[in-house]
Amino acid sequence: MPVVSKVVCPVCGCCCDDIELIVEGNRIAGARNACALGAAKFENYNKHRNTSPLMRKNGKLERTSLDEAIRRSAEILANSSYPILYGWSSTSCEAVRVGLELAEEVGGAIDNTSTICHGPSILAVQDVGLSGSTLGQIRHRADLIIYWGSNPWSAHPRHMERYTALSEGRFRKSIWRRLLLGWQAESIRKRISRIAGLVFKRGTSGLKESGKERVTPSVEERKVIVVDVRKTRSADIADYFVQVEPGKDYEVLQALRAIIRDEELDVEEVAGVPVQTLEEIADAMIDCKFGVLFFGVGLTMSRGKLQNIDAAIRLVRDLNIRTKFLIMPMRGHFNVTGADTVFTWQTGYPYAVDFSLGYPRYNPGETSIVDILTRGDSDAALVVASDPVSNFPREATRNLVKNPLIVIDPHLSATALMADVVIPSAFAGIEAKGTTYRMDHVPLPLRKIVDPPEGCLSDEEILQKILGEVRNVKRSVAS
Amino acid sequence: MVELKVLLITGRTIDQGCSKEYGKLSEEYLDNVAICEMNPEDMKNLMISDGKRVRVSTKFGSVVVKAKKSRRIRSPGKIFIPYGPWANLILASDTDATGMPLLKGVQAEVEPTEENVLGLADLLNQSYGKAKK
Repeated sequence: MPVVSKVVCPVCGCCCDDIELIVEGNRIAGARNACALGAAKFENYNKHRNTSPLMRKNGKLERTSLDEAIRRSAEILANSSYPILYGWSSTSCEAVRVGLELAEEVGGAIDNTSTICHGPSILAVQDVGLSGSTLGQIRHRADLIIYWGSNPWSAHPRHMERYTALSEGRFRKSIWRRLLLGWQAESIRKRISRIAGLVFKRGTSGLKESGKERVTPSVEERKVIVVDVRKTRSADIADYFVQVEPGKDYEVLQALRAIIRDEELDVEEVAGVPVQTLEEIADAMIDCKFGVLFFGVGLTMSRGKLQNIDAAIRLVRDLNIRTKFLIMPMRGHFNVTGADTVFTWQTGYPYAVDFSLGYPRYNPGETSIVDILTRGDSDAALVVASDPVSNFPREATRNLVKNPLIVIDPHLSATALMADVVIPSAFAGIEAKGTTYRMDHVPLPLRKIVDPPEGCLSDEEILQKILGEVRNVKRSVAS
Repeated sequence: MVELKVLLITGRTIDQGCSKEYGKLSEEYLDNVAICEMNPEDMKNLMISDGKRVRVSTKFGSVVVKAKKSRRIRSPGKIFIPYGPWANLILASDTDATGMPLLKGVQAEVEPTEENVLGLADLLNQSYGKAKK
């Protein structure tokens, strides 16, 4: 069976570009090198799929033709006074570009999923800047890796293997040796504990208390620190796991800044973390040669939001006085970075862009989609490659579904179930080609591996058709 | 009825990530997302076992999900529900003028219930059916 190699994975922001797909006719029979998420997508994307355009008639979604669905979508958008266009992070940059043109044409507000993901990170970066690099630099040089409010094991399963803790860099070694030695020691300890239990016929709590065995890293080996509110699976392999009380990351970040500036803290613990642990972490940060702090939505979605990121970036800025330190957001969807990038090229702003006055305006908190919906300002919506009904809070969702709703998505998502027009599309990166941006802003090509089902066009083609039809509707109204 | 005050955290899990690729109407998605991970001690206090149904309520709404024992939640008083329509039904839309609603660290209450966990289509119909004219 033919194997297609060097495929870019269209799932998370890692955009792994070493995937090999076994293709049988027009079907993907298997995926090599992919993580659980990537394999789940490549091997199951075609199951539970709707391939026919649908339109709501008498309260029910019924099959219709593509032309009819496009015409109705264009009517909805052209006749609304303040439509919202949302999604964009799970499709190609080319589709995003057409989406922006459409938003300008209909005078709507356009927003991508950054808004409820790393939107606060963008706001903080605009405030204080960001010292970043590509993941290749980090892979070869970083000796201290920190994951803060991020669980790569679940959300970016190959991040550690390809770029950080578990990857062998040119100048830095992975933590595999230490992990294996630690597991071995743990297994011996358990065996001794079991034998001791059998011999002495009594509790072995003393032995159990000894906890995880620590193996000292060699000079070339990286160190890993995980900071989170839960002991995630990523935390299991870290040298240090710091458990913070929910919503108190800001305090811990500021405490670390104080310690790094050699100030003494007159408390014993900060947000549930003993000051002694914080001092050890601060020492590890200062002593490293090339550190990197990856932060996830644990910081952006909890109390403090952009202030948390602001503090994290300032911490990294302080550290750069003593050593070299970088910071990078762990972007979720495969092309959320691309959506931000294309938005910025076209409008000057990365997300939450409002065209209602005829020119782009950006004021997150006002022009961001959750706020527009919560205020009930919009009167129609177009959702592309996203599922806001699953991901938005209740009030915002209620206002989204009560107005005419158009969904362009390969999946029959929760949003599609509540839509008035559903246009099934081809999967970007599997059935349609394009460009995606990795989380470190490196553009990569999305490939077309198999043909889409008959009648399913790419997001870009569907949007082009809607844009053309919107212009027709507006012309006929004008004449 | 015993009721427990907790802090609700939402987030990704690998099972949620994989099962959404099978389709959001799939059994796998329901089994992996309509759940509430709890500390074993909290479950003991509520007198429930693994897989029993609980009603999680905030001041913005309430939803029935299955309780799941988790050693990842190391101290009592915290629960974890994966991202998805069940969790988002009980979260606030207010963003404090940042664009981002508070999705982690929300005060909630948990109580055992005999009510069923609603599938996605029923959940949407019950929650937004009236809004959709």
